Amino acid sequence: MKRRKWHKNLIIALTLVFLYFPIFVLVLFSFNKSSLNIRWEGFTFYWYKELFSNTELLEAFFNTMLVGITSTVVSVIIGTISAVALYKYSFRFKTLINSLLYIPIVIPEVVLGISLLSIYTLFKMELGMGSLILSHIAFSIPFVVINVRSALAQTNPHLEEAAHDLGAGRLTTFFQVLLPTIMPGVKSGALLAFTLSLDDVIISYFTAGPGSNTLPLKIFSMIKTGITPDVNALSTLMLMTTLVILTVYSLINYRKTNRGQEQ
Amino acid sequence: MKKDRLKWLLLSPVIIYALVLILLPIVYIFILSFQTSGPYGETIYNLTFYNYIELIKSIYIKVFAVSFGIASITTIVCMIIAFPFAYFLREKSARTKTLVTTLVMLPFLTNSLIRLYGWIVLLRKTGIVNTILMNTGITDHPLSLMYNTFGTCVGMVYTLLPFMILPLISACEKIDGSLIEASHDLGASKFQTFIHVILPQVRTGLFNGSLMVFIPSIGYFFISDILGGGKVMLIGNLIKNQFYTARNWPFGSAIAIILIIMTFILIGLYKRSGGKMDDLGGA
Repeated sequence: MKRRKWHKNLIIALTLVFLYFPIFVLVLFSFNKSSLNIRWEGFTFYWYKELFSNTELLEAFFNTMLVGITSTVVSVIIGTISAVALYKYSFRFKTLINSLLYIPIVIPEVVLGISLLSIYTLFKMELGMGSLILSHIAFSIPFVVINVRSALAQTNPHLEEAAHDLGAGRLTTFFQVLLPTIMPGVKSGALLAFTLSLDDVIISYFTAGPGSNTLPLKIFSMIKTGITPDVNALSTLMLMTTLVILTVYSLINYRKTNRGQEQ
Repeated sequence: MKKDRLKWLLLSPVIIYALVLILLPIVYIFILSFQTSGPYGETIYNLTFYNYIELIKSIYIKVFAVSFGIASITTIVCMIIAFPFAYFLREKSARTKTLVTTLVMLPFLTNSLIRLYGWIVLLRKTGIVNTILMNTGITDHPLSLMYNTFGTCVGMVYTLLPFMILPLISACEKIDGSLIEASHDLGASKFQTFIHVILPQVRTGLFNGSLMVFIPSIGYFFISDILGGGKVMLIGNLIKNQFYTARNWPFGSAIAIILIIMTFILIGLYKRSGGKMDDLGGA
């Protein structure tokens, strides 16, 4: 019995190793003396210093963050309003609108990319930061809507009535009663939108223009000529930042639930 | 009256969004797919089935076959890795489950291209995998592990595996353990229990994961560009080439329309088997 448990743990561990090994390699080589990312030649912080003089890479990083934050904020606002409106009201073409929302989630990204590129060209819209952000908003909204909708489905429909009966106005009811109850859905939608935006290669490939190179696009073009370890350094820093934020976040949550149980 | 105004005010963003940024682009490439392309890449407006007939040519049929082949292999390999993982995780404590699920999602937060680049370091002729294989005497000459179909499949499985694992974890959580015990008590073998008791309970989860792996792997041109070395042509690469290198947008649009129709068929099958659409969006 004990032996069987051991092999189950091994399978779980091996799968995690498979997922993490390339990340380990990338972090390791960010400290490598060689510039070729092939052989280990000794420890150095050189690439971390080098990173801050690589203006092209920093610009790409800045663009990625700008696109990620802007598109997340806009898609969370539009997505939340939309989810609430679609939940509350019925109208003639509701089924059509609801089905259309699934399209960006299910169709291959390359199809979404070229179709957005086609209408930008049709409307003679210049490719650049504007078209890039608009495209990221376009593929993020459905993910926000779905996450908020699943939170809405769990709310008590009488809660709003109660708020109205107690004299709360529409806006007060929305911000004080409804929004706090659907917040977990809004948060997970926002996280999903931000993650998708940060890592998007395909849709950005078609809808970015000169001056709106993002980090994924920059790395994609670098891979063909060879990636210098300053890219590894930047990725390591991004990974560490994410880890720190996640740890702090889960610690706060852990404390909160513990306190909640004590009371 | 006032209530109606508020209703349409709140509904207008989603209606405008769905019509302008989803429906219109697709309708437009549908129209484009019946046009032809001029010598300078300009669109010549007429009505022709030329692009669709062109697709029956053997070179394009081959691209479709290779792409679907790689997508199928990727889906099956992901299933083989993800199912035992999710199934064994079922028996763990809630805390371990949360930790492991977070660990599965964490790589999403790092750049997927740079992780693919990690595989180049591992798989190249002088890479770590070949060094190990040669030092242990499994092979005496370095194997070609990338810039081919094999490398492309490794990259696909690696990138898409979490999309199979996550729905399977939630499907395995819902397995009724007492049914498995009952099946064993009634004398069913492990294999019989798996086929008749476990599999039906995780079927929608498997279908969900397969869709989330199969459909993207048709379009992920950057994986075949990076780990296939430009030698492996997927439908995604074909569409990309029509929009950039060949500048034949109508033909590229026709291929995209085929992909859309195919996706709709797969989604239809998923819904018929009892799958929920919202589960595809990570809710």
